[in-house]
Amino acid sequence: MTDGKLVFRIIKDRLFQAVVILFSFAMIVPLFLIIYYIIRNGISVINWEFLVSLPKPMGDIGGGIANAVVGTAMLVIVATVFAVPLGVCAGIYLSENKKGRIAYSVRLCMEILQGVPSIVIGIIAYSWIVLSMGTFSALSGGVALAIMMLPVIVRATEETLKLIPENLREASLALGVPYSRTIIKVIVPAGLTGILTGVLLGIARIAGETAPLLFTAFGNPFMNINIFKPVDSLPMLIFNYATSPYPLWHAMAWGASFVLVVLVLGLNIVTKVITNRWKVRF
Amino acid sequence: MESQVLKVTNFSAHFSGNQVVNNVSMKVAHNKVTALMGPSGCGKTTLLRCINRMHELIPEAGVSGSILLHNKDIYRMNPILVRKKIGMVFQKPNPFPTMSIYDNVIAGYKLNGISLKRDEKNRIVEDSLKKSALWNEVKDRLYKKGSFLSGGQQQRLCIARALAMNPDILLMDEPTSALDPKATSHIEELLTELKNNITILLVTHNIAQAARVSDFTAFMYLGNMVEFGLTEKLFTVPEDKRTEEYLSGKFG
Repeated sequence: MTDGKLVFRIIKDRLFQAVVILFSFAMIVPLFLIIYYIIRNGISVINWEFLVSLPKPMGDIGGGIANAVVGTAMLVIVATVFAVPLGVCAGIYLSENKKGRIAYSVRLCMEILQGVPSIVIGIIAYSWIVLSMGTFSALSGGVALAIMMLPVIVRATEETLKLIPENLREASLALGVPYSRTIIKVIVPAGLTGILTGVLLGIARIAGETAPLLFTAFGNPFMNINIFKPVDSLPMLIFNYATSPYPLWHAMAWGASFVLVVLVLGLNIVTKVITNRWKVRF
Repeated sequence: MESQVLKVTNFSAHFSGNQVVNNVSMKVAHNKVTALMGPSGCGKTTLLRCINRMHELIPEAGVSGSILLHNKDIYRMNPILVRKKIGMVFQKPNPFPTMSIYDNVIAGYKLNGISLKRDEKNRIVEDSLKKSALWNEVKDRLYKKGSFLSGGQQQRLCIARALAMNPDILLMDEPTSALDPKATSHIEELLTELKNNITILLVTHNIAQAARVSDFTAFMYLGNMVEFGLTEKLFTVPEDKRTEEYLSGKFG
């Protein structure tokens, strides 16, 4: 082979490397742009009062997003209470029964559920709960979010428990420990970090959802802690304020966005720390 | 032969049509080490797992014949009770990773929901760890996780865990095959100590190990029990030609 050809091939190699690196960096840019804009526009309205006071009527200066913060917290708690027991149980079932028709259908359903548009899930929760109870409520919003969270938790539980060595189960069974206790006291604790990670990622996933809440939690400019009444939430408040014609409300929408992003990023960071720190050594 | 703890009669095991253990009969004597040796795939591990009914974890498994523990058929007992009376140590050390050394030793009680008084727990933990020759190495760090120990220590912790349940017999499935030579000799020494108080059935593919630690030896080949008798006799004047060939290294 001539030297010229070799040089050409080396250049081609370098070029390829450069393109790959460039594109991976390009991937980071959108995230940093989002964070930059949100901080620039949002940080100015953030203060203690913004977090703990209620919205004021149009025209008054000040006011805050306390109702939305409390509402989002309620929705997340309701969704977690519904989704975690169901999702963890389904995940345990799937990891214990790798083959079989029920396992196959459950797995298929989870994949399909993950692909259902969130607005459709909102309609389902509307027709199940809002119509039958006759009122918009935090409960219905929580259920809609729980349905969205379910696949994430099921998948995380299944994948985590599958990685637990078979000999751990044998160790427990060989001591005369019944199957149910083996699962609850040996297998699940060994995979707890992974399950917890799944739950936190699920929460991070639903905390910013708007569509399923439009006709379930509905929104509420007043403070409400009754789960059978409508509540506001951060994403809905952002949606309502950002589409209004008032610059004052635009600023508040940026502020609320800032709070929401910090919340979700915080959850993701906590998840990372947990997975690294509490890792179970086999 | 002295009093027997376990008696296997005409026992066969199969997995989805494959005969793995074929019409095997043997006895395990009280407070002796009985070794079950043979080349890989001869069915020795399967036989061992059938004795505490661990093979039932595989749905396609089936057995025939009888295994008597103190003259009671283990296949007419609840498997949970069987496994409490028949302890098992596995090939790879498998301490519970979420538990401390202390909790690992009393795991059999803890996981079964048997509540013990504090002094009773302490006594069981100390006794079992002393019996498995681990006490001196871990007594200052009983509340640390068991998975931070070395491989040999982990295996001795697993032996302590099985001993804590006070089993009638201890099954060991190639307990040293995942360990280095030093840890292996440590475990072998331990076995000769242990047999003063407990009956041991040891599966090994290591001929020398069977010769070193066992009182009785069973040689299995292709699912059949070729020869069973006193270790001394089996190793010096084997009756079957296949035993002789295996011992002299012609196959296996």
